[in-house]
Amino acid sequence: MRTTRPLASFALAALLFALFVGAWQLSSSSGTGSGEMADPEYAALVGAAAATGGQTPFPSPIEVGARIWAHIADPFYVRGTNDQGIGVQLGYSLARVLAGFSLAALLAIPLGFLIGMSPLLYGALNPFIQVLRPISPLAWMPLALYTIRDSSVSSIFVIFICSVWPMLLNTAFGVASVRREWLNVARTLECGALRTALRVILPAAAPTIVTGMRISIGIAWLVIVAAEMLVGGTGIGYFVWNQWNNLSLSDIVTAILLIGVIGMALDQILAVATRAVAYQE
Amino acid sequence: MRRPFVSVEGITRRFPGIADAAPQTVFDDLWFGIEEGEFVCLIGHSGCGKTTILNILAGLDRADGGAVVVAGREVDGPSLDRAVIFQSHALLPWLTAEGNIAFAVRSRYPHWSRARVAEACRHWIELVGLTGAGHKRPAQLSGGMKQRVGIARALAVSPKILLMDEPFSALDALTRGTLQEEVNRIVAETKLTAFMITHDVDEAILLADRILLMTNGPEAKIAEVVVNTLPRPRTRHDVHHLPGYYELRNHIIDFLVDRARRLRGAMPPQWSARAVPEVRPAAAAAT
Repeated sequence: MRTTRPLASFALAALLFALFVGAWQLSSSSGTGSGEMADPEYAALVGAAAATGGQTPFPSPIEVGARIWAHIADPFYVRGTNDQGIGVQLGYSLARVLAGFSLAALLAIPLGFLIGMSPLLYGALNPFIQVLRPISPLAWMPLALYTIRDSSVSSIFVIFICSVWPMLLNTAFGVASVRREWLNVARTLECGALRTALRVILPAAAPTIVTGMRISIGIAWLVIVAAEMLVGGTGIGYFVWNQWNNLSLSDIVTAILLIGVIGMALDQILAVATRAVAYQE
Repeated sequence: MRRPFVSVEGITRRFPGIADAAPQTVFDDLWFGIEEGEFVCLIGHSGCGKTTILNILAGLDRADGGAVVVAGREVDGPSLDRAVIFQSHALLPWLTAEGNIAFAVRSRYPHWSRARVAEACRHWIELVGLTGAGHKRPAQLSGGMKQRVGIARALAVSPKILLMDEPFSALDALTRGTLQEEVNRIVAETKLTAFMITHDVDEAILLADRILLMTNGPEAKIAEVVVNTLPRPRTRHDVHHLPGYYELRNHIIDFLVDRARRLRGAMPPQWSARAVPEVRPAAAAAT
């Protein structure tokens, strides 16, 4: 690999960002311009732009920046069910993702272990896994709502069902492909089944298992936004949809940015975990 | 009949044929014994089932017929009494050198305290000449050092028998020589019973008391048992000056380049699987 210069990359990134924001600012400042004023009462009711028959202009970077600052300055306020700080909404989403993801890990990792160790079980469960895996997790939502009768638990279930597959398959694959000779070492040392599983198979398969967890949390974070748009109530997905109904594009852009930042943070946490369990052969 | 310490009694191994092909017999009706404290080498070309024999002795593989009896008891699985040094060292890469040895020590002595395990590890690390490298992971060690850890791990369970599957074949000539000497010294000091697979003739002459010569597979047979009458202690520096060394070496090489293939289908009439003829090429030359 060629040597990278972090400072140069950073400078280029800053330049690209400045160009993007500059272009955005230019295009948003030129588009506005309808002098005609409608009936002030009507305008107060439906918004000035709607009253004149025009479109709400896309917010300029300065407007969005101000909105982001307002959100970050006071992220955790609660003023009624429909007006809660963005930090509160992200907290709801994160809690659901972590609950669904943890439940999925509790099921998928032990089950994946069994599937990886037993070709019989693998053969028996593989058809089910192959059929269930490609189903969009949101397709489960009506069934979940019907059986669970709780929108918040239903979205946790949807997160569970979408994050279970990568962890299950990666664990099974990691366990099944543990080198024969390492297992032979454990056998010649007369290790019991439990000791072999914990001291040989688990560390050998750990990088593959954690990679599965990393894929799962990524998918879970993608799905939670859509799930919350569907069930409503709380969460960042609901927040985005609510702001769309308010036609508050600055709030939507803010939410989009924060979804990206949180998703990156979740991914980086598992990247650190991957490095911690990695080994070099 | 008196049984030797390790007694291989008519073992057979067949591998199922691919698709509808007939099962392939790797070897059939194999008999040999190893006395307590004896060092036996098995020499043969690739594909004659050498590793399979070692795996059956280790209990990692099962014979389709016959049995292996060690100290009066039939082998029915792996045991801490039979340590294996693997060709590819087979160290656990996520553990340090010391961790690998400690894993073996704890397998043998689960009730030992942490301090006692650490003490034992220090002892074995010192014995195989790895002092100062105990905290390194296998990926940071050279091939020779990895195999030293492999040797220490095998010895750390205080086995009765040491089984070695071409342990030095992946090493460069210089490292191989040093490690052969170390193994020679350690086995002599600990009086372990040892069985080694090799295709290095000089290695076999240096280390072994008896050398089993195997014909090519499939249906490989032990054609001859060469008794190494060269006096001990032998070292790499003087073994080739001992009288009879070249007769011994030539006999084995003649076998490998010519008779291993020729004998495959047609064993001489006096040969029998249960009483393989012994030869002493070095003794004849020395007198």
